Amino acid sequence: MSASQRVAAVAGSTLIACLLASIILLRQIDGMRSAATIQEVLYISSPKLLKRLSLGYNGLLADIYWTRAVQYFGGKHHEGARHYELLAPLLDITTQLDPHLSVAYEFGSNFLAPPPPNGAGQPERAIQLVEFGIRNNPNDWRLYYDLGFIYYMNLQEYSKAAAAFLQGSRVPNAHPFLKVLAAQMAEHAGEIQTARLMWLTTYQTARDPSIRANAVAHLRALQVDQDVTALEALVNLYREKSGRLPASFQAMEQAGFLRSLPVDPLGQTYALEANGQVVVRDPDDLPFIRKGVPQGYVPPARPKFLPND
Amino acid sequence: MNTRIGLIAANTFREAVRDRVLYNLIAFALLMSGAAVLVGQISIDIERLVVVNLGLTAVSLFGTVIAIFIGIGLVSKEIDKRTLYTVLSRPVRRWEFIVGKFFGLAGTLAVNTFFMAVGVFAALLYVAHHFQASDGWVLVALYFIVLEFLIITAIALLFSSFSSPLMAAVFAFSLFVIGSFSEDLRGFAAMAHGPGRWLALAAAYLVPNLSALNVISSVAHQQAVSGRLILYNTAYALTYSALALCGAVLIFERRNLK
Amino acid sequence: MAAVEILGLQKTYQVGFWRKKSKCALKPLHLQVEEGEIFGFLGPNGAGKTTTLKLLMGLAFPSAGSARILGMDFHDPRVKAQIGFLPEQPYFYDYLTARELLEYYARLSGVESKGLSGKISQMLDRVGLRDAAGTQLRKFSKGMLQRVGIAQAVLHGPKVIFLDEPMSGLDPMGRREVRDLMQELQREGKTVFFSTHILSDAEALCDRVAIIHLGQLRGVGAVANLTANVEGKIELVWSGAVVPASLKAMGADCHVTGETVRAVLPERSQDAALEALRREHLRLISLTPVRASLEDYFVAQLQPAEASAGVTA
Repeated sequence: MSASQRVAAVAGSTLIACLLASIILLRQIDGMRSAATIQEVLYISSPKLLKRLSLGYNGLLADIYWTRAVQYFGGKHHEGARHYELLAPLLDITTQLDPHLSVAYEFGSNFLAPPPPNGAGQPERAIQLVEFGIRNNPNDWRLYYDLGFIYYMNLQEYSKAAAAFLQGSRVPNAHPFLKVLAAQMAEHAGEIQTARLMWLTTYQTARDPSIRANAVAHLRALQVDQDVTALEALVNLYREKSGRLPASFQAMEQAGFLRSLPVDPLGQTYALEANGQVVVRDPDDLPFIRKGVPQGYVPPARPKFLPND
Repeated sequence: MNTRIGLIAANTFREAVRDRVLYNLIAFALLMSGAAVLVGQISIDIERLVVVNLGLTAVSLFGTVIAIFIGIGLVSKEIDKRTLYTVLSRPVRRWEFIVGKFFGLAGTLAVNTFFMAVGVFAALLYVAHHFQASDGWVLVALYFIVLEFLIITAIALLFSSFSSPLMAAVFAFSLFVIGSFSEDLRGFAAMAHGPGRWLALAAAYLVPNLSALNVISSVAHQQAVSGRLILYNTAYALTYSALALCGAVLIFERRNLK
Repeated sequence: MAAVEILGLQKTYQVGFWRKKSKCALKPLHLQVEEGEIFGFLGPNGAGKTTTLKLLMGLAFPSAGSARILGMDFHDPRVKAQIGFLPEQPYFYDYLTARELLEYYARLSGVESKGLSGKISQMLDRVGLRDAAGTQLRKFSKGMLQRVGIAQAVLHGPKVIFLDEPMSGLDPMGRREVRDLMQELQREGKTVFFSTHILSDAEALCDRVAIIHLGQLRGVGAVANLTANVEGKIELVWSGAVVPASLKAMGADCHVTGETVRAVLPERSQDAALEALRREHLRLISLTPVRASLEDYFVAQLQPAEASAGVTA
């Protein structure tokens, strides 16, 4: 082998070795740094200054911060965290850099407002965020929807919710449900049908997969609540008619109270407890249910409402 | 072998100095002095923060510009001007030439950074009137910046070995910018779908991880830097620079000079 | 042992955007240079002289063939310590002084730093740059650069010295000095291989020459042997400012100066020319054979090549 070929061989093999080593080291460093990058968000005291410093590339920077926000929330959720203190600053910076990034406001209304572990538990900040969005995008009906959503779901302030929905319904090309929701707020605010309509609207109009997954989980929970209420009413009816509690759903089916064995939204059959209560078999798969929770159930640290759960 | 590499490195350093590269220190000194005086007048308890942020950012940017502007010409200039003819007709191996050039420019940047560090600490002393223990982390940030320079120099040298100065500058600068956002790039790649995902992942891992070498804002807030990170970053910078240098050696080894 | 053996070195370039067309810069070359020779490598511009030197120096890589210098493979780094090279129209690191450049190059060639300073002073004297030792090369004239170039090619005591157009850009004085230097080197036992397109220099200096044109070798040998086969000429000088018509018809090249005419014509026309002069009653002053010059040989070689190639490259 000539000297030149020897050099090429050494350089080539060193190159490959270094490439592999650098990738391994990179993964290690990423592990050490994940907390650090996000922490640096706290050091940006003035998003406006950041906007100026970005020399006109604020759109790109907004996209970067938006990605960080989504990853932050997903990452923290994956660890089973109960505090998402950096979500609000990240969304603030994102929207300051690009006030027209409407998906950021949607994300805020869905995940900033709800209480932990489902969200950051900061409905006031979420409202501030969305109101900033409305000021900058007065013709985006989605933002009025988001505002009403927060008032309804997390603060139970139905008249304010109604006002937001009404305002939104006046925007050209608004989703037709806004008018309907405004009307519902007046009389049927606490009803399950209204909540279902709300989550359905969110599911249909949301663009972020996390928001959609969250909506699905809520819709399933509402279904469960409805099913359990109906089933327990039937159980009571059975007891009134026959003087004792039914042994199982099969018994009720044979007695003509049920057409078939009842299943939950995930296809699992409900279980009938000895005391007449109806419960779901896998409560881990159905977060947010208020009825049908088995006795002594402890919810997991990480509820399953995001796509990767 | 080592004498020749040392000679080439020393000559590269001499060339940079006589090319008046170190005059950039004057611009830097003016910048730091101006900032220090201005901040000293405002004195609203963030003097340290501003001086460290500004100083370290300036060190990083000035040095990167020098690394790229000199780096891209390291090989191509010698080929264009044919000064390489008389060097390679001597018992100098081609790879020794590349390695020597690398050490020469890296050395120039290290010396440059040293003087700038003195400037930063002088400004810090002026606005804060005394040093505190956490200022030691500024030295770590500076060390990381030097590691960054090693990577950028190696990349510029790699591009210089096969493309014209203009294209080399464009490539090197692009890699610098993308590398500064490499952590976000990996985040984007993780969220991507389909065939684009593999492409994005490949790019995300090949691009130099300059974002991990930037601890300026945490050091400005007097946060510590973990010893483990220092170790891994050092290993990474050396590995990545070696990677780029091997590429340069491979390309240059069989290149026909015009 | 031959100082330089070129064994079929060949170079073809791929040109064009898609690198589809080939351009042959050097056809397979076989050549040998003996130790202690001054060897001239002649040819017009673009003939392949510089390409050959670049291949020998390892600056470009041959498409085929190899070479040996001082018995070792030409790519062997040990060879490089024993050769010196002056490229065409050299350009050096212009921020260095002459002394610094020579020191840098000498150390790269492996010369020890002990005593180097003295050697450098001597060399600078030898090439006539003593006063410019501390001046930066950016301030050097072309001639001074050429001198520094020769100095760096010779300083480390190489056995074989390769010079590419060493006289280019020099004034007559400078060229004389370079010629003298080359002869000195020969006296010191070194081998000198130089390329040029100036034939008179080659004639004056070289033991042997090689002529190359359009990448192909056209002739090798001692100058005298090469020119021996070229048809000779004679020079006639007579008084009386009359040129007989028949002489012109023979292809004589005539110059009239006052009352004297000087004509150069092919040797075979000698008798006919003398007869013509006698008939016109012109008084003959002198008849001198003119030795065929290298230029004649050169032209004779190159013309058929260009004709067969169709057009110059």
